[in-house]
Amino acid sequence: MIYLLKNRILKGIVTKHIVASPAKEIESVGRELKSLIQKRFSRSLHIREVDTGSCGACESEIISANNPIYDLQRFGVNFVASPRHADALLVTGPVSRNMLLALKKTYQAMPEPKFVITCGDCALDGGLFKGSYYVHGAVKNILPVALHIPGCPPSPLDIIQALLKFLHGNEFVC
Amino acid sequence: MDCPEVISSIKKSLPDFSALAVSQHYPDEIFIKVSPEAFKDTSMVLHKILPSPVMMLFAVDERKLTGVFTLNAVFVNLKQRQWIILNMDIPQENPYFDSLAKSIHSAAIFEREIQEMFGIQPKGNPDLRRMNLHDEVWPQGNFPLRNDFKGMVNGNLSEYKFNRVEGGGIFEVPVGPVHAGIIGPGHFRFSVAGEPIVNLELRLGFAHRGVEKLFEGKTCFDALRLSECICGDSAFAYSVAFATAAEKISGISIPQKAAYLRGIYLELERMYNHVSDIGGIALDVGFSFPAAYASVIKETILQLNEKLTASRYLKNVNVIGGVSGDIDDAKKLILFDALKKIKKDFNALVKMLNSSVSFMDRVDTTGVLIKKTAQDLGVVGLVARASGIPTDLRKYFPGVYSQAKFKMMTQEAGDVLSRLELRFSEFVESCRLIEEFTIKLSGSRDMQVNSVLKQESALGYVEGARGPVLCWLKTDAHGVIARCKLVDPSSHNWQGLSYAVLGNIIPDFPVCNKSFNLSYSGNDL
Ligand code: SF4
Repeated sequence: MIYLLKNRILKGIVTKHIVASPAKEIESVGRELKSLIQKRFSRSLHIREVDTGSCGACESEIISANNPIYDLQRFGVNFVASPRHADALLVTGPVSRNMLLALKKTYQAMPEPKFVITCGDCALDGGLFKGSYYVHGAVKNILPVALHIPGCPPSPLDIIQALLKFLHGNEFVC
Repeated sequence: MDCPEVISSIKKSLPDFSALAVSQHYPDEIFIKVSPEAFKDTSMVLHKILPSPVMMLFAVDERKLTGVFTLNAVFVNLKQRQWIILNMDIPQENPYFDSLAKSIHSAAIFEREIQEMFGIQPKGNPDLRRMNLHDEVWPQGNFPLRNDFKGMVNGNLSEYKFNRVEGGGIFEVPVGPVHAGIIGPGHFRFSVAGEPIVNLELRLGFAHRGVEKLFEGKTCFDALRLSECICGDSAFAYSVAFATAAEKISGISIPQKAAYLRGIYLELERMYNHVSDIGGIALDVGFSFPAAYASVIKETILQLNEKLTASRYLKNVNVIGGVSGDIDDAKKLILFDALKKIKKDFNALVKMLNSSVSFMDRVDTTGVLIKKTAQDLGVVGLVARASGIPTDLRKYFPGVYSQAKFKMMTQEAGDVLSRLELRFSEFVESCRLIEEFTIKLSGSRDMQVNSVLKQESALGYVEGARGPVLCWLKTDAHGVIARCKLVDPSSHNWQGLSYAVLGNIIPDFPVCNKSFNLSYSGNDL
């Protein structure tokens, strides 16, 4: 126990300051939804993640965004264990045929209002797996997608900045 | 050509053995072609004398050229540092072969895969349920890895049949494919009697993306990028396995410097995976401070990767014929500095875990996979080493590892603690290896050679963080990929998990699972 405390004190605070860089407006979201999200969710957003056949690197970066260095939670964004607790669905992967039903069911299980975010090139259009006999490709053809976070995989910083910009508009600084 | 030693060893057990052809294109690969009648017996002999699990078993559609399918079983001879590829023809009408699964467990999943992907019957295999092409969404009679597959044709759908445990007081607990955590998709079905698990049935394949088919028709240079996107946390290992196969085909050997660089990147990949798993084990028993501590170390390694190669997951670093990113003197300094810090933090992490009695209580004797079961199942890689099986490609096919005096680590007990401690020691060894390799990186010598691919096939292999990543590649006359078979260590090891959890309680499943840390995407392809 003492050793734990000692390490806790020695390590100090490792969390990084993150400034959402003022960049181009996110286009994919409708104006109405956007104002709703900013009003309702800007201080507390609960996300359920679904992997529809990703390589795992996108997951790894989402997990990293929650580590003490990036600490996504301090912005009020939490990952939850059940779709019933979620406001947003974060989807990775090119939607394998085997995951289509699970993806739809997870979305259905979420309470309104709800929206979908895609993470990684695979989820945008199938990425390198586009055209395979076993993937459906773009998530947006299956569910309404409000925000896409590009990258293969997007870094934790990319993920956090995209979420914050989306939730708060461009002026957000922490 | 001289008759390789392995042929005479086979003859000792099978006096009337005769091969249709024996060839050795590469020093580390022996190709033996036998008649369909001799295939099963020869496989069983090889399995026993080497001894080796069936490391790969796959079909190739060669009907266009020769009018037959071929079946290849790959065994490894660790002592002789050779891979043995046993091959037979399967006629295209009513294709079948005699199943090995009842005698060699490690062949079972491969046979199921051949059945679903090619429509070739493994006669005598008791379990032919489909794995990756789920019955609920993929009509019967569509065999995607056949060359004449043009797209899915509608047909009958059906339902997967789970094995059931019946009897008084048995409960079934289904979990997944969408889990509570941020992890890959898989379905677990536990049967419990009271608290203890009496059966765990795994249903995987949710992450199936048709990877092997996507390779076909690509040039190796394009396909290299795809190989990095199959299993994200082993991106570098996959690209090395793929690139080595392509390099063997083009008959080149990579410059020494490139070999060292690959060694460094492979070990960095192992380190971030190991520390992430160690953190995961702590987290899954609710010990959150060390888990957070481990995630900081993982982040340090990922950031180091980015500084060295501009990619946190070491993508776009490998090329066929070498590596693209050098580690110059400035980067060496960064590397050594980072390693110093990582080692210090890692020591603190190990001490924290080791000194917690309640943590030890959770991991000690939990999720035991005994050596005998591990051997029977043909488990590989880290999981095998934790159960006392000395197997590590870095030792038996060392390359640059021999100059760094690589030391293979093993543990005996096969429980979560063994797998944890093995990760501790391998992490430290990886640090040492990186330092050795970095010191040996000399001057500005070449890091790449050019390669021209021809019509040939070859096996690429490397010890990734979980175990051996294998890639068998066949190219046509234009150097375009005709078939690429990949095997992730997870495919061998998932079965091990379902045995290790027996008798444990469901709340201990996450920690058992994490201690195996198997890949969904690598298994499902
Ligand atoms: S976008 Fe890239 S990193 Fe993310 S799942 Fe797809 S291949 Fe993996």
